Amino acid sequence: MLDPVEHSDSELGRVEVKNTTCYMCACRCGIRVTLRDGEIRHIEGNPEHPHNQGVICAKGASGIMKQYSPARLSKPLLRKQDAERGESEFEEISWEQAFSIMEERLGHLRATDPKKFALFTGRDQMQALTGLFARQFGTPNYAAHGGFCSVNMAAGMIYTIGGSFWEFGGPDLDRSKLFIMLGTAEDHDSNPLKIHLSKFKRNGGRFISINPIRTGYSAIADEWVPIKPGTDGALLLAICHEIIKQGLFDREFLIQYSNAAELVVNDPERDDFGLFHRFEMHVEEGCFDPENKLWWDREIGAIGTHTPGADPVILGEYTLDDGIKVTPSFQLLKDRVEEYTPEWAEGITHIPASTIRRLAHEMGVTARDQKIELPIAWRDVWGNEHKSVTGNPVSFHAMRGLAAHSNGFHTIRALSILMTLLGTIDRPGGFRHKAPFPRPIPPCPKPPKGPEGVQPNTPLDGMPLGWPAEPNDLFVDEQGEPVRIDKAFSWEHPLSVHGLMHNVITNAWRGDPYRIDTLMLFMANMAWNSSMNTVKVRQMLVDKDEDGEYKIPFIIVCDTFQSETVAFADLVLPDTSYLERYDAMSLLDRPISEFSGPVDAIRIPVVEPKGECKPFQEVLIELGSRLKLPAFTNEDGSRKYRDYPGFLINFETAPGSGIGFLSGWRGKDGARTLKGEPNPRQLDMYAKNNCMFQFELPKSYQYMRNWNKGYLEWARGHGMTRYAEPISIHLYSEVLQKFRLAAQGKSSGKQPPERLRRRVETYFDPLPFYYEPLENRHVDTQKYPLNALTQRPMAMYHSWDSQNAWLRQIHTHNYLFVNPQTARASGIGDGDWMWIESPHGRIRCMCRYSQAVEPGTVWTWNAIGKVSGAWGLTERANESQKGFLLNHIISEELPLEKAGEYLSNSDPVTGQAAWFDVRVKIYRADDDEPRVTSPQFETQKKLPGQDAKRGKWQAFYAGVTGLGKAGR
Amino acid sequence: MHPAFSVIFLTTLIGAGQGLFLALFTGQFYSLANLIPAQDSAGFYAVGSFVVLLLLGLGLFASIFHLGRPERAWRSAAKWRTSWLSREVIVLPLFMLLVFAYGFAHYMGWNEPLFTLGADIEVDVTILIGIAASFISFVLFVCTAMIYASVKFLEEWHHWLTVANYTLFGLASGFMLAAAFSAQQGVALVSFFGSWAVFFLFIAFITRFASLLRNAGLKHKSTLQSAIGVRHNAIVQETQGFMGGSFNTREFFHGRSEATLKMVRLLFLLLIFILSPLLLAISWSISSPLLPIAAFSVLYIGLLLERWYFFAEAKHPQNFYYQSMA
Amino acid sequence: MSQLALVIDLNVCVGCHACVTSCKEWNTSGWAGPMADLRPYDVDPTGTFFNRVQTYEVGEFPRTETIHFPKSCLHCEDPPCVPVCPTGASYKREDNGVVLVDYDKCIGCKYCAWSCPYGARELDGREKVMKKCTLCIDRITDETLPESERKPACVLACPTSARLFGDVHDPQSEVSIAIREQGGYQLMPEWGTKPANHYLPRRKTRITIHADELDRVDNPLLEELDAAVSEGASIDDVAF
Ligand SMILES: Nc1nc2c(c(=O)[nH]1)N[C@H]1C(S)=C(S)[C@@H](COP(=O)(O)OP(=O)(O)OC[C@H]3O[C@@H](n4cnc5c(=O)[nH]c(N)nc54)[C@H](O)[C@@H]3O)O[C@H]1N2
Ligand SMILES: Nc1nc2c(c(=O)[nH]1)N[C@H]1C(S)=C(S)[C@@H](COP(=O)(O)OP(=O)(O)OC[C@H]3O[C@@H](n4cnc5c(=O)[nH]c(N)nc54)[C@H](O)[C@@H]3O)O[C@H]1N2
Ligand code: SF4
Ligand code: SF4
Ligand code: SF4
Ligand code: SF4
Ligand code: SF4
Ligand SMILES: [Mo]
Repeated sequence: MLDPVEHSDSELGRVEVKNTTCYMCACRCGIRVTLRDGEIRHIEGNPEHPHNQGVICAKGASGIMKQYSPARLSKPLLRKQDAERGESEFEEISWEQAFSIMEERLGHLRATDPKKFALFTGRDQMQALTGLFARQFGTPNYAAHGGFCSVNMAAGMIYTIGGSFWEFGGPDLDRSKLFIMLGTAEDHDSNPLKIHLSKFKRNGGRFISINPIRTGYSAIADEWVPIKPGTDGALLLAICHEIIKQGLFDREFLIQYSNAAELVVNDPERDDFGLFHRFEMHVEEGCFDPENKLWWDREIGAIGTHTPGADPVILGEYTLDDGIKVTPSFQLLKDRVEEYTPEWAEGITHIPASTIRRLAHEMGVTARDQKIELPIAWRDVWGNEHKSVTGNPVSFHAMRGLAAHSNGFHTIRALSILMTLLGTIDRPGGFRHKAPFPRPIPPCPKPPKGPEGVQPNTPLDGMPLGWPAEPNDLFVDEQGEPVRIDKAFSWEHPLSVHGLMHNVITNAWRGDPYRIDTLMLFMANMAWNSSMNTVKVRQMLVDKDEDGEYKIPFIIVCDTFQSETVAFADLVLPDTSYLERYDAMSLLDRPISEFSGPVDAIRIPVVEPKGECKPFQEVLIELGSRLKLPAFTNEDGSRKYRDYPGFLINFETAPGSGIGFLSGWRGKDGARTLKGEPNPRQLDMYAKNNCMFQFELPKSYQYMRNWNKGYLEWARGHGMTRYAEPISIHLYSEVLQKFRLAAQGKSSGKQPPERLRRRVETYFDPLPFYYEPLENRHVDTQKYPLNALTQRPMAMYHSWDSQNAWLRQIHTHNYLFVNPQTARASGIGDGDWMWIESPHGRIRCMCRYSQAVEPGTVWTWNAIGKVSGAWGLTERANESQKGFLLNHIISEELPLEKAGEYLSNSDPVTGQAAWFDVRVKIYRADDDEPRVTSPQFETQKKLPGQDAKRGKWQAFYAGVTGLGKAGR
Repeated sequence: MHPAFSVIFLTTLIGAGQGLFLALFTGQFYSLANLIPAQDSAGFYAVGSFVVLLLLGLGLFASIFHLGRPERAWRSAAKWRTSWLSREVIVLPLFMLLVFAYGFAHYMGWNEPLFTLGADIEVDVTILIGIAASFISFVLFVCTAMIYASVKFLEEWHHWLTVANYTLFGLASGFMLAAAFSAQQGVALVSFFGSWAVFFLFIAFITRFASLLRNAGLKHKSTLQSAIGVRHNAIVQETQGFMGGSFNTREFFHGRSEATLKMVRLLFLLLIFILSPLLLAISWSISSPLLPIAAFSVLYIGLLLERWYFFAEAKHPQNFYYQSMA
Repeated sequence: MSQLALVIDLNVCVGCHACVTSCKEWNTSGWAGPMADLRPYDVDPTGTFFNRVQTYEVGEFPRTETIHFPKSCLHCEDPPCVPVCPTGASYKREDNGVVLVDYDKCIGCKYCAWSCPYGARELDGREKVMKKCTLCIDRITDETLPESERKPACVLACPTSARLFGDVHDPQSEVSIAIREQGGYQLMPEWGTKPANHYLPRRKTRITIHADELDRVDNPLLEELDAAVSEGASIDDVAF
């Protein structure tokens, strides 16, 4: 062999290096792709990228095997005339044919009833474009994956503090001393989280993980607090109880920056009961919280909030001059948590009361005694100058462990309130926002207000997704019934700000609220891992009317791989891989901002598209032009954008707005940032700058942004927000109370249908409260004593990495992890075949003992199980024979309460899919049962355009024995 | 360890070959001293040597299957200073060469005495070659056995008993084969070789039993605790980090149940130490050429099982790292 | 003589497998590649990897510690795998102590693997030669790379920087300091192989709360008390 020291790797072949952005997951790290003779030699983290600082993850480093996977599609496909849907029988067609089919069908729908076209997208990062397309088309039936993902986290926090975790904000681990992580296995922002977690530990920080399971991050926690699933609300409220009882809250912070001291009308007889008492003041209409509320000054009594020199109280009950009884909202919170003692929570969470108390003390004392003071002067919106920025170094992070329960919204409200009590919002060492957050509570965009917002050949009157601030913002008809196919923004789930994608297929199949014609799915594996009740959903997709027509007449699937869903398509659009296309990580949807300021990024093609693969963005722009959607056409009806790069550069939110998809290098010569004219060389400038643009705010704008005058005015000036008004924390949620008042019939305007009044009244509580997950009420919890969870493996992204020859060696199939104590009680041995059964179905799988799981919980890795033959795998592959999907036994709807009354298995406030509520029992499989998982599905056929069968051996050597050459 | 059939055949075949050669030469030596009748050079010794070479050749052939790149086998002589494998690779052909020379000399009838020792011991070329080959044969036993005995991580093997067992089993099977050969050739040396074979079996029984005993009570140096450096009584591997197997799960595990192991052990003890000598003993009363051949065959099968067990029994410390998938 | 090595900090390793696949990716097309995969899209896929991440559970619920444990060749200072190699294919570099295999010489006899107590060597199923972690010899010595990138692929990849790389013979190196100050240890020290790679153990950070920290004059509830009194409310409003 050549001496490796004498010879450099770059001597072999023609070497090129290109920077772009990873999309092996939604974390969006900067990567450097090295090519040798046009084949991918190596993908590494880009050390100059702020997001991942050079590191990469298991998936990112396996990009080669994704690029050259045999599961890749390469041709547009049309279901064969004589083949049934789901049989995976397709013929190759040309793109021109594909476009004319879509143009004709969609053109007709748009001209007649645009809502019959539904566009739903999964793990994508281009909602700015897909949302724009849907709105321009005029259909309300659009959403991305947020509803089944973590909308509770977004809504619970944004409706409380004006920002949320992941790309919207996060724990300031550089300065934190105590970090509490709840219900997180991997997170969206996974590489940055790992980077900071390790730094935090090395700096001597204390890390506590609250999770029924100890894997991944929890493994390196200084303390693991196992909790019973679905009970974090109880824990957090008990901690709030203890913090308030001990006086460990940050009183000054609460008074100045939250509505803690603001006076709430406390007379149940009044129609404005539970609303803040507001005095007459001219307020400009806008989506901000006008400052016409009152404090109770110790000396003077009622006084306008933020009156200079005021000394407001936060406890007590008072009577205003006009006899109205009022209470500072903090008093109401205190009353609320009175009963939530640690002893009470112990019975629910299975965490000892002494531990709960200690956790509260650790948080409170650390926050109080380890104050950080940074000599950064800033000015608040009320004109007060501050010589320094201070902070309390306790921080939190939480994810779907809280979100994916039907009580998640209130749990997350409780968490946000705990963070606020500790005084840790947008301060050093606590939680910090990332641009474009903070945004008003709630943010401005609103859905249309009723069916009249949907008109033929007209763009939708409102945003397909928005943030209702009051009942009148709901998207319902005269009867208060939903207008959207997923029933979002209806009384069933009023604050379903990300839609309810998990109910689309069921609703469309049942025709409730109506039938649709065309369902377009992009980057969503809805026939498998992103649906609940998978077995049934797969039947719905092929179910027909009496007249032989499919209940969902036409399904278009845009995917890069041979997923389970592609088999159910009538038309398949082969997408490019992330290394073959342009993409934008835009401030308009999901940027990669840092605490220090906005950052956005692009992806650029580094290799040629495979076969006839076409970026979905190009498809949308082509379709938009053909359908003559206003945003995609010139006045004369001609096509406006040549292609997606042209769109990225030239699109403006409104003519001349200067706001587009990308915020860097705007203006003709690229000299402007955030706002400015289109710059024809913008993409090149991004490409030269590691495919990203970072803007660093002045230090004095980096903290206390909800109330930071400088920041808010800057944000307004640069088109990030419309108002430079303070964003006071909603310790007490007047927004929720408004819905409750409507349900109680106390407000004019939209009213819930009778059947939902009780529900809305119960769950729209202005203060957080604990209730058992909804499913528990319908299920005999004695019979189904266990909770079943899934976790994300760090080395796999949902369903889409089983086609990856390297990653699938790490997770080839999955086991059900069971505490030995629990397993033995059911006579199940380590490695045994067993059944896991919920009221909705049962699965045969294999058991693996684990001491790292709470005995009342069983769990498995998410989305490892596959349909045989899918994903370019053989029908014998372990994924289908030994792997399984927990989704088969999770229901998308709650068991019927009354005949004909269907309710989504979701959080009643936000419509968040309650994946983790499912209750199960387990038992051993008989010895004579087959050693394969159950249920099994018919083997999926290989598609035209997929690579021929691969050999037994694969020995990838870029440029030599690679897989990227033509013909492979 | 995973019992590799190539190695099982290699060691048992060349062991028997070496033993056979030593038996032949012992015969010649005895006949020199006129303790037993002399045999025909070409008919007995040359053919015998051919059989030895055949066994060695078969062993070598089997060993090829053990190598990933047999075409480069020649390279393996390079590191004789440090590697027992390298030494074996040198000694084995040397031995074959000497056996060939020995057989060839017999075949050519080079029986002219070169000199005479004492009164009437006439030393010819074959004797000189035979002495050299015998010496090398023992060296080969040591080299082969040391390949295993020198791996200190395989504590079941890392003992002089391994060398003793390899040598004794080689001798026993070789002498038994010589008995069978004599029976087949119709030569009256069956009981001569047979007695030696039984004698070696008897010692082998002691050494092999000693090694079984030792291994049964062996306390391994490494523990899961020392493997990962964590002090706790309850450590369980949850996952080894991959699920479809790897070289480490294939090469170092036999993949059989404890019961199979026990059965194989019983079987080889039975075949080697009871059935084979029994068959031979019967041949003393019923002189049939088939019985000694059967005795050897049974012994050889027993040895294959013994060697299989030898591998399966050895627990490699690397196995601490490859216990579970999830 | 320098001895390059990895030091793996179990205190921060989250078991993400980034080091596993970035190793595979760098090396399969590098000096030590290809690293073949058998049945890549079929039943029981298996292939050559130089680095594996394993998980151990220590103790019993609820006092369970989950330990992620990455392992590659430890580049032993006294490597038992080298002298046994009959061809000289296995060797330890004089200049930096890296243990390597020359595939052109290797006959695939597996003897070196038997002589490694750590299970760090893998016979490539297709190439039929012995392979193992090269410490990314073709990166760490590549002068055409910027200094900051002359590190193993797994080290650069690791999101938690749990993998430190350097010369364990240089007492001032980052790795030596880490070993010294953080209780770095070797695997299976009983064999005297003197692995150059070391592991850093788990450490715990605890907070002690003293009773008097909960009982202080700056308790904000006391301030509220004043106000309540001035309004004629009672202690009843604030006491639990
Ligand atoms: N049991 C259980 N189920 C769950 C969850 C859970 O925790 N437990 N989590 C839920 C959550 S939070 C989510 S977000 C969903 C995720 O579920 P999905 O959004 O369905 O995610 P995937 O299955 O990974 O990917 C969807 C499809 O995208 C395709 N794809 C990959 N790259 C590209 C590309 O570049 N272009 C195109 N057009 N397609 C591409 C893949 O081939 C795949 O078919 O799963 C949900 N399902
Ligand atoms: N590698 C990889 N990364 C991913 C993904 C992926 O598929 N693979 N998916 C991405 C997507 S779409 C998402 S939404 C995120 C999700 O990121 P996470 O939310 O971190 O992922 P999950 O695996 O759903 O983790 C849920 C965690 O909550 C715990 N849990 C469940 N119920 C409870 C509870 O009641 N209380 C508490 N305290 N804990 C509970 C579970 O044990 C688990 O650890 O990850 C993203 N990142
Ligand atoms: S975390 Fe996601 S974006 Fe970052 S490297 Fe891994 S797969 Fe790529
Ligand atoms: S770890 Fe094993 S392969 Fe590596 S040097 Fe040590 S003995 Fe040799
Ligand atoms: S397998 Fe190769 S490197 Fe290992 S001992 Fe044999 S020849 Fe040497
Ligand atoms: S040092 Fe290089 S070869 Fe060794 S494990 Fe790390 S990446 Fe793999
Ligand atoms: S990359 Fe780092 S954190 Fe991830 S498994 Fe490897 S050593 Fe551990
Ligand atoms: Mo998600």
